[in-house]
Amino acid sequence: MGVTQKLGDLGVVTTTLETAINWARTGATWPLLFGLACCAIEYMSTQGGRYDLARFGMELNRASPRQADLMIVAGRVTRKMAPVVRNLYDQMSNPKWVISMGDCASCGGVYNNYAVVQGVDEIIPVDVYVAGCPPRPEQLMHGILTLQEKIMGERIKEWA
Amino acid sequence: MAIDSALENKVTEWVGSVDDVKNLVSERAISGETMLLNLGPHHPSTHGVLRLLLELDGEEIVTCLPDVGFLHTGIEKTIESKSYEKGVTCTDRMDYLAPMSNNTAFCMAVEKLVGLDVPERAQVMRVICLELTRIQSHLVWLGTHAIDLGAMSVFLYCFREREKILDLFEMISGQRMMGSYMRPGGVWRDFPAEFVPGVETFLDEFPSRIDDYELLLTTNPLWLDRTQGIGVVEPDVALAWGFSGPTLRGSGVNWDIRKAMPYLGYENYNFDVPLGEHGDVYDRYLCRIREMRESIKIIRQALQRLPGAKGGFRSENRKFCPPPRAELGQSMEAVIHHFKLWTEGFAAPDQEVYVAIESPRGEIGCYLHGTGGNKPRRVHFKTPSFMHIQGIPLMSEGHMIADLVAVIGSVDIVLGDCDR
Amino acid sequence: MNVKPALDPVESVREAFPAALLDVVEYAGETTLVVEAAQLPRVSRYLRDTAGLIYNFLSDISAVDYYEPTGGISGRPARFGVSYHLYSMLYNRRLRVKVYVDEGDDESKPVVPTVVNVWPAANWLEREASDMMGIVFEGNPDQRRLLMPDDWQGHPHRRDYPLGYETIQFSFNAEEIMKHKPFAKE
Repeated sequence: MGVTQKLGDLGVVTTTLETAINWARTGATWPLLFGLACCAIEYMSTQGGRYDLARFGMELNRASPRQADLMIVAGRVTRKMAPVVRNLYDQMSNPKWVISMGDCASCGGVYNNYAVVQGVDEIIPVDVYVAGCPPRPEQLMHGILTLQEKIMGERIKEWA
Repeated sequence: MAIDSALENKVTEWVGSVDDVKNLVSERAISGETMLLNLGPHHPSTHGVLRLLLELDGEEIVTCLPDVGFLHTGIEKTIESKSYEKGVTCTDRMDYLAPMSNNTAFCMAVEKLVGLDVPERAQVMRVICLELTRIQSHLVWLGTHAIDLGAMSVFLYCFREREKILDLFEMISGQRMMGSYMRPGGVWRDFPAEFVPGVETFLDEFPSRIDDYELLLTTNPLWLDRTQGIGVVEPDVALAWGFSGPTLRGSGVNWDIRKAMPYLGYENYNFDVPLGEHGDVYDRYLCRIREMRESIKIIRQALQRLPGAKGGFRSENRKFCPPPRAELGQSMEAVIHHFKLWTEGFAAPDQEVYVAIESPRGEIGCYLHGTGGNKPRRVHFKTPSFMHIQGIPLMSEGHMIADLVAVIGSVDIVLGDCDR
Repeated sequence: MNVKPALDPVESVREAFPAALLDVVEYAGETTLVVEAAQLPRVSRYLRDTAGLIYNFLSDISAVDYYEPTGGISGRPARFGVSYHLYSMLYNRRLRVKVYVDEGDDESKPVVPTVVNVWPAANWLEREASDMMGIVFEGNPDQRRLLMPDDWQGHPHRRDYPLGYETIQFSFNAEEIMKHKPFAKE
């Protein structure tokens, strides 16, 4: 990036605190190692060699919700699983974001029935929805980039 | 005494069940001598949303109580509200590592119920897809199983090869994973021109890739220590508990539905059924690795068979299979069939059938009961993971916690398959 | 190894349990023995242990509900049917054993005796059927629900249980639905 050019001889960069914080947050959003169904397999593919999620500073999956910033709800959320998902979300420390990956997590998908929660946004707040059943890795990456854009636009006065 | 009663309350509170957990764990847990530990449903090594309630004596597992249903999606009930052709789409997401096997089981049940014949060419095409599915499912199994036991790099290699198979699936169905490619009476469309050369390229390079995996694992002393003698199942126990597929064959029981009750013309292919001897994690691993090599043999034979196979890619019976798009402009009959099939579907008799095929995990059976109308009365899937998760306590009790992870990995469970 | 030649399951069961065998159905090459529910464990043990039959592998237990939305039970002797899919590894053939069981009134539930003692694999399959269809398998060591949450009301796979359908959003009704849709807060 342009940091080295801007540094010049002075060794000083001027920016706003907001931009610096947001920049730091986008580059290292650690996702929670959390898979529910089919989409989790595509999520694994995204982490595999060909798509290489590490390019976005996201190769480090944390199994503990305490250490994670991003929850990728990959798969259908059932009524039995819903309290668990909410519990995990509550345990994550702020700031935290949620990507709802796939049709089932976003709106119930093909399973409009008694067992499936019709959209994970009924139980946790969602930042980015990714469509597809399951979404291709490219789609998930697009969702992640969209989230990074969203994080870049966050204002300190809204959360501090 | 106060501690005892407090603990007792705590235990019942945890499970939140009408039943008392006291009947399910040993008495030592109630006195506090052993520890109760909840593993899952969010746990990386349970391959999905499996919850296990463990009673531990130090590191040793005394009791293991699986709790499933966290992925119960109501797929069977959903299919009951759809016509037979639309039901195929729902079956994909059941065992999401082997969608083609689910599709085929359901389609074969529909075909059996209504008495629909599948052309020879469609059968060969199905065999090619099923065996590719078997390979890609085993690749995911190998990658995740290895990662659970601490071998990270195998995962990356396995997914590299899996991507190539997914590319092939995308060629034929337009979707990487959930293709819904099988339809009652055959398959959705013919193979595109670039598919067969693509499969041949894959088959040429894949055997050397299996050699690579084996080089990393098969004789690796760490791998042997983690897998040999772990989770042993005796053949008669495996049978009594309804195990199937590589989990059963790892115990040395020679039962492969492709050989025992051939379907889709599997009797015409020349392949072996790999068997284990000891029934431990390592033998199940070897069985699956060898199965991939056998699948390559089958696909090669199927590719040779494909040009000479009679018939089209789908049955010509217009009562059950829609006419090709091109006919719609010329034939009134085609328009009527098309309209009838896509608005209300076809009717099936009020009878029941059961069809079982060999999925990568074992016997996947589809029980289908018609109503006489266009929707099924009951669809029920017998899924291998369901039986295997039932058997996890059998394999893991008496072992260490770390070995439980090896056991879970070795039976290759998919929770979508189990809970449906 | 001396293998006894295969026996015809229909004839054998008819001979051994003349009163218990209610009906035999053949469809699409599959044989179904309809037996009396109370006699099921004895018939199962007979099918498993008799030389010439040896149905040692239980593939599946499927419960089916013959309830019709228009009333009645679709020409079957009782509302619920439970199909046991057996497989004989020795003789390489399948057999379906089926029992019919009535709905029961408000207090009682449909009851089928368990076959866990015959095939241990039946344990979870029976629990699933009792969870989804509300059929009680008498003698099953574990009567908890298997797939649905413990506090779930009703049995989802019964035909009179609603699918739980939610209205799908299209552009013309999206706003109306969004007004009522519950959204989670932080």
